[in-house]
Amino acid sequence: MYKIGVMGDYDSIYGFAALGLETFPVKDPEEAKKILDTLVVSGYGIVYITEEWASILHREIEKHGSNITPAIIQIPGISGNTGAGITGVKKSVEQAVGSDILFGENN
Amino acid sequence: MASTTVTPTRMELTKQKKKLATAVKGHKLLKDKRDELMRQFLDLVRENMELRIKVEAGITSANTNFVIAKAGMDGATLNTALMSPKQEVHLSVSNKNVMSVDIPVFDITTKTADANDIYSYGFAFTSSDLDAAVKSLADILPDMLELAEKEKACQLMASEIEKTRRRVNALEHVIIPEAQVNIKYIKMKLDENERSSQIRLMKVKDMMLEEAHNFAEKDAARAAEKVAKEREMYGA
Repeated sequence: MYKIGVMGDYDSIYGFAALGLETFPVKDPEEAKKILDTLVVSGYGIVYITEEWASILHREIEKHGSNITPAIIQIPGISGNTGAGITGVKKSVEQAVGSDILFGENN
Repeated sequence: MASTTVTPTRMELTKQKKKLATAVKGHKLLKDKRDELMRQFLDLVRENMELRIKVEAGITSANTNFVIAKAGMDGATLNTALMSPKQEVHLSVSNKNVMSVDIPVFDITTKTADANDIYSYGFAFTSSDLDAAVKSLADILPDMLELAEKEKACQLMASEIEKTRRRVNALEHVIIPEAQVNIKYIKMKLDENERSSQIRLMKVKDMMLEEAHNFAEKDAARAAEKVAKEREMYGA
């Protein structure tokens, strides 16, 4: 049985605790790295991470990209939508096709 | 090209022909795989984009609701209210194989079946805004789950497509032309050898025929020569 984790600054994620997801408020990049690494090996199926923290931890996230679990998914935080999630989708189109043929006009 | 490294022998020719046949077959299969993966990927990525826009809008509005809820009550009460959740979410992950790419399928089970168990607090000390905020977040959760599934699938398929595309290109532009060039080179070399030995045989045959046709005259000439030699010897 897998668990679902949510990482980010406390204000962005405390609501998820009510739903039964496990929240991991982070403040410091080093600490966040450690938390992410432990989440990857300790049976989390999905890790939602706020876009701000995803951009800080992008190297770690890329490292775990080829594994089936956990799926590390970016969500907008409390400070607003940075568009990083959408960019991520566009990036995978670019990787597959060679250039962004689907969503390029939305830019 | 690399034809400098092949030795022009029949064995090498058979080897190169086999290599070419395998490469052509592999190229066709990989191309089919790439096309099918691409078709599925494009469908999936469109769904992924729609879901993402929906989820992001949902979360943003939920966040707004939480801010409103937080404004209406003090932080300590809010923390206490959300401190010990009643609900627990368990996730079961199974794999689905799409064109030899393993993509995850997420299935969610909650500890209690009651949808109202998301409210982990008594209603006495919290504002109704908090109920609305928690509800809005709970409503978006199934979509978030689907998003996770689709987005991960997209990422995995994208990297697989990239790999397959590179393989197809390598076969199409390097391996196959190289094998063709090698085969052509070996064939030409073998033909050349064949021709040169043919010519040699014809020449030898000509010489032998010449010898056979004029046998009597040549024999007489040889005999006369012999007699002349002997006469010279004894005459001396």
